[in-house]
Amino acid sequence: MLKISDLVKRYGGGEPVLKNLDLTIEGESVVSIIGSSGAGKSTLLRCINRLVEPTSGSITLNGTELTRLRGAQLRRARRKIGMVFQGFNLVERLTVMENVQSGRLGYISTWAALMRRYPREDIRRAYELMERVGIAHYADKRADELSGGERQRVGVVRALMQKPEILLADEPTASLDPKTSEQIMGLLRDLSRELKLPVLINIHNVHEAKEYTDRIVGMRYGRIIFDDLPRALDQEAMDRIYSGSPAADRAGEMRAAS
Amino acid sequence: MSTAPSPAPAPRDHWRKPSFIANPVLRWLVYGGAILYVVWTLAWLPIDWVRVAEGIERAGRIFGGAFPPSFERSGLLIDGFLESLKIAILATFGGVILSIPIAFMAARNVVPKAVFYLGRAIIIVARSFHPVIVAIIFVKAVGFGPLAGVLTLIVYSIGFVAKMLAERIEEIDFGQVEAMRAAGAPYLSTLIYAVVPQIMPRQVGLTIYQLDSNLRASAVVGIVGAGGIGSTLANAFGRYDYDFALAITMVIVGVILLSEAVSGQIRKRL
Amino acid sequence: MTLSDLGRDDWTRFTLKQRLQRYAVFAACALAIGWAISSIEVIWAWVWDAPSQMGDLFGRMIPPDPSNLGAILRVLWETVNIATIATAFAVILSLPVAWLAAQNTTPNRATLWVGRFILVSSRSINTIIWALLFVAIFGPGIVAGIVAIMFRSIGFVGKLLGEAIEEIDKRPVEALEATGASRLKVIAYAIVPQVMPTFWAVSILRWDINLRESTVLGLVGAGGIGIILQGAIDTFNWREAATVLLAILGLVILGEIVSAWLRRRIL
Repeated sequence: MLKISDLVKRYGGGEPVLKNLDLTIEGESVVSIIGSSGAGKSTLLRCINRLVEPTSGSITLNGTELTRLRGAQLRRARRKIGMVFQGFNLVERLTVMENVQSGRLGYISTWAALMRRYPREDIRRAYELMERVGIAHYADKRADELSGGERQRVGVVRALMQKPEILLADEPTASLDPKTSEQIMGLLRDLSRELKLPVLINIHNVHEAKEYTDRIVGMRYGRIIFDDLPRALDQEAMDRIYSGSPAADRAGEMRAAS
Repeated sequence: MSTAPSPAPAPRDHWRKPSFIANPVLRWLVYGGAILYVVWTLAWLPIDWVRVAEGIERAGRIFGGAFPPSFERSGLLIDGFLESLKIAILATFGGVILSIPIAFMAARNVVPKAVFYLGRAIIIVARSFHPVIVAIIFVKAVGFGPLAGVLTLIVYSIGFVAKMLAERIEEIDFGQVEAMRAAGAPYLSTLIYAVVPQIMPRQVGLTIYQLDSNLRASAVVGIVGAGGIGSTLANAFGRYDYDFALAITMVIVGVILLSEAVSGQIRKRL
Repeated sequence: MTLSDLGRDDWTRFTLKQRLQRYAVFAACALAIGWAISSIEVIWAWVWDAPSQMGDLFGRMIPPDPSNLGAILRVLWETVNIATIATAFAVILSLPVAWLAAQNTTPNRATLWVGRFILVSSRSINTIIWALLFVAIFGPGIVAGIVAIMFRSIGFVGKLLGEAIEEIDKRPVEALEATGASRLKVIAYAIVPQVMPTFWAVSILRWDINLRESTVLGLVGAGGIGIILQGAIDTFNWREAATVLLAILGLVILGEIVSAWLRRRIL
């Protein structure tokens, strides 16, 4: 279970990007986060695995408080959090197998990593996962020889190799064409069920969010203003999430306060 | 699992990264050869290890003698530096002027094949010999002093500038030349209107770069007697004046850095 | 309205300001050249004499004397070895220096400046000057030569490597940090593979340059074929000198061919 309480992220002295956020993810659901650019979706996700440092607040994953961890403890906690990126973030010149095995870097010895002597258990699991997502025949190919959709699958397998307790996906389909996009979303949903894994997805495409996820969280300029089942997302809710600007919001707040 | 005629195989549990050299025989040859080479060479190189050990101790004494750097003979230093500067200026001037016809000779698209081979040969010879070697030869031919230095660096400049210019000439847009010819322009006019404007920016950049290069090189050719601050430095080493040598070296480094910065700035503005 | 009514019948390529600028630049160049010619310590009689002197020297070199070819080739091979071993060591040593001098991998600002300082001093001091120093330290011989080439090459390779490290795609670095990998593993998997092609290309290029540099080490006593060349010149044995020069020419051309081929294979 992921529990976020009172999360604040401020850059410099300006307006906070995340304003006292509360969010709880339980069980094996696929949760999508929607909102316009600048809403803070990516920041929220990156605060969880500390790629971005939260200014204040608490984030606990299955009982472990993530915001206070440092050094080796932080690395151990990160092992449990898998992440899939919009740009795939693979090491282009390495083979698919090496990219996939790099998900295990938090677990294997430095020597094994440098020599590419991966544990048999890991290799077996890699082949199984790659078979499951349909890229097993690419194991020896360089990552930059694959298409966009295939690369994202490599990214997904890499994340799953960590045996994570939660999977984060930061706009995983934004760089893909519509058909491949739907394939990846379907894959994430199916894997979530099969592996009993909670998945948290940042997404632009509201249609895909409604189609492939169990719960939609709508953000607006650093706050969560919608948190409900997909079918509850009607036009009025969409307008609330997507329209307007930060300045208009602030003006509205000031008027309401006076 | 299905009981079809060919059941799915159990998942593989071993994997090796494909090697850079695919053919195993070739791979063993290359790696083995490399290791053999290193071991063999290190064994056979005539290294006097006793001398090396002594050297560490001697290095200590030299560095002790070199600090602090001595600028008392700064008159000599400045003279040496100015002479290097003059050598660099004249060599760049002469070298660039000579490079232009040689570059045209070495460009495949503007001269007949025989001339092209000659031009390329000139450039190759100019580039292959280290300026120090060229300097020694010139010193023997025309005597010690900056004249040898200027001639050496002219050759050095030609080796670089003519090569780069020739490549630029080979890359020009021939359409412009055709347009001039179609309008009935004579050879020289075509050259001036269609070719020169295309190579001018490169030419200027190369000239500035070469001036910087020649300034560095002029410090070195002096060591074999071709004038400039190099001879001042060689003399200092010869007389065991390590503190003066350090001062000279610092000046050389400073000038190089300054020249690099200035030339970089100018080329950026071009 | 006819064309002649348009009025303008003058055209200049450059505005007045531009023309003044160009004149200023030309004037400055002419001044510099004039100053250099007038104040340089050259005996002008010798300048006019130079072509005939060159011709005379050239005449004395023909035909080249191949009698000592065996020794020449043996020492030439030794020269190649000097260049190769020195380049190999220098390349290995330049790795930590490049890591220190790259902004995204260096531990702190102090190490960044240390790395940069090492690279700048190495690059700015010519191989021959290093050779002078090391001949003073280690005495004449190939040790001085090898160390001199090493010291110069570290700066060259380190600078280009450092720039390559700074220019990598940072996204895989982010991804691997997110998996909980230690710094060393992140470097090994996300940074090293991206920098590898540049590493090899620069190393091979520097080896090619060092071949040329190692031919002259002997002229200051630091080993290699320069010693034979110096010997031939000092004894006015021009025909043997010519042989040595031809051998060097052959070596350099061969080296360029090999290095161009290798670089094409790597990429």
